[in-house]
Amino acid sequence: MKNFLAIFMARNKEFYRDKASLSWAIIFPVLIITLFAFSFAEDKPQYKIGVHVADVEAMDALQQQLDIKYVQWIQQDNLPKAINKIKHHQLDLLISSTQSPSLRYWVNASSPGGYFLEQTLLDKSLALPLTLHKELVNGRAVRYLDWVIPGILAMNMMFGCLFGVGYVIVNYRQNGVLKRLKATPLNAFEFLTAQICSRLIISLITTSAIFIGANYFFDTLMLGSYLNLLIVAALGAISLISIGLISACRTSSTELSNGILNIISLPMMFLSGVWFSLEGAHPHLQLLAQWLPLTHIVDAARAVMLDGASLGEIAPHLWALLGISALSLTLTPMIFRWDKP
Amino acid sequence: MAIIEVQNLIKKFPKTTAVNDVSFSIASGSCFGLLGPNGAGKSTTIEIMEGIIKPTSGSVLYKGEPTGKKFRQEAGVQFQSTALMDFITTREILVLFSRLYPKPLPIEELVQLCQLGEFLDQYATKLSGGQKQRLLLALALVNDPEILFLDEPTTGLDPQSRRNFWALIESIKAQGKTVILTTHYMDEAELLCDYLMIMDHGKIIAEGKPRDLLEQHFSDRCLRINKSAIEAHLSKIQEPYEINGDTVEITSQNLSASLTALMAMEVEIESLQVSPRNLEDLFIKLTGRKLRA
Repeated sequence: MKNFLAIFMARNKEFYRDKASLSWAIIFPVLIITLFAFSFAEDKPQYKIGVHVADVEAMDALQQQLDIKYVQWIQQDNLPKAINKIKHHQLDLLISSTQSPSLRYWVNASSPGGYFLEQTLLDKSLALPLTLHKELVNGRAVRYLDWVIPGILAMNMMFGCLFGVGYVIVNYRQNGVLKRLKATPLNAFEFLTAQICSRLIISLITTSAIFIGANYFFDTLMLGSYLNLLIVAALGAISLISIGLISACRTSSTELSNGILNIISLPMMFLSGVWFSLEGAHPHLQLLAQWLPLTHIVDAARAVMLDGASLGEIAPHLWALLGISALSLTLTPMIFRWDKP
Repeated sequence: MAIIEVQNLIKKFPKTTAVNDVSFSIASGSCFGLLGPNGAGKSTTIEIMEGIIKPTSGSVLYKGEPTGKKFRQEAGVQFQSTALMDFITTREILVLFSRLYPKPLPIEELVQLCQLGEFLDQYATKLSGGQKQRLLLALALVNDPEILFLDEPTTGLDPQSRRNFWALIESIKAQGKTVILTTHYMDEAELLCDYLMIMDHGKIIAEGKPRDLLEQHFSDRCLRINKSAIEAHLSKIQEPYEINGDTVEITSQNLSASLTALMAMEVEIESLQVSPRNLEDLFIKLTGRKLRA
């Protein structure tokens, strides 16, 4: 018991005297809880109806008229894009009321949610002076697997790039490898460039291997150009590596580095639309998501794979990734240090 | 001719001044020993010279110029402790470092010089203490350096490994290279160094050739005798003495007179040893504490 207490007390002291790790251990879960409490304060209904109308007032009027309860109503500005969302199961039903009292609606034949909402809509319309025109979305139904695979590939890339660069460099600094390299003619630019290129190649090879494997075994949907997808993957990896580098610029504790990388990666994992669409989430959350590189990687990869998007169509995402990379890679050599502070 | 000149070096940390206005120069081709107790400022001084730490003020000149890329190409460095990359073999580490320099030594030559042949294909992180020190020395020599910094290179090694290491350093010295060595082992400093500088509290407290330093600070001899042999006569001893465990150490200014006095007291002198003063004695005299590894 005496031995146990001695080790128990020593470990406790070690933990609470490491202020950085202690802070992360407390701040990190508080931040995550706050973020989720803020983002998902209200439980969202399971089914989503997209409404292509002029404005929110028109949508509210239609919502009141149809009186379908426990459904999330989302206004859609762009009809072709909204139809694509029906294809991808991001919306269960799409209604356009631009030619009132005639209502056009789109439904995906393979969507269970779409089926239930269509039946409800038909039932409600019996009591209303409405004419319904059904539009069945053609083409291959997009499975959830097809929709989620770009997200999983991007998320895997994110963890590899952030921890494979950030954690490794901090570990090098902590155990003196960086200090030893500083005593050679190697300069910071050469060292950092080598890190970026090495991780970029590793990341592209592993991501490609997983993509090919998924495609072979699960016949995942790929409508766009492989080259465009490779460009998205390369720019995405560079932006994530650059964030990994900047997080490791001055940190010399691997525990602190782990905390920093977790606080960067976990919000991205949940808020970048990897697992579920952020459509209908709080506007502030959607705004925040636009600042996360993973959002742009996932959105661009989905656009290429599921919609066959061209480079021009995903250009805003590519510019965002380039911007994040340029900013991080400019700052990194300026603040990088070889040795412990 | 000085290969390196340190001028008015000051290094302040938030709570302490590690190096406090230190100036010295090192002759080309010499072995320069930097000694001092833990926290004396010697590692900080050597790391400023190596270009690892920036000084608060002062300068370090290599061949008359501030240390820069040319210095890093021509200097070899072995730190007190360096971890090496995981999952990289001894041979791969040597190749990696040799590629960082414009004119590296052939790998085979380094392997032979530092006796690395037995563990060339082992991961560097799996080496024993002596093997790792030999590899770190090989990395310091990979660029065929003109100046070699060795910061406590034999700390933690067994006596055999230390002696092997000394032989290596002797062969490096024989090639005319400048060696800058910090150590806690006085026998090592005495054996290897041509010139010594002793630091404490960030300042130089003594410097010179080892023999000159001893002559300068000591004119006495130390007589060591078993305590049991002299215990009954301690009150009659006229000279200063200390009791260290089972031994009595008498400081003698006049060896003949001291021996005559002991004989007169009929002290059993079978256990008597007459020791010249050594660097450790000098160190204790100057710093007031023993060196710690």
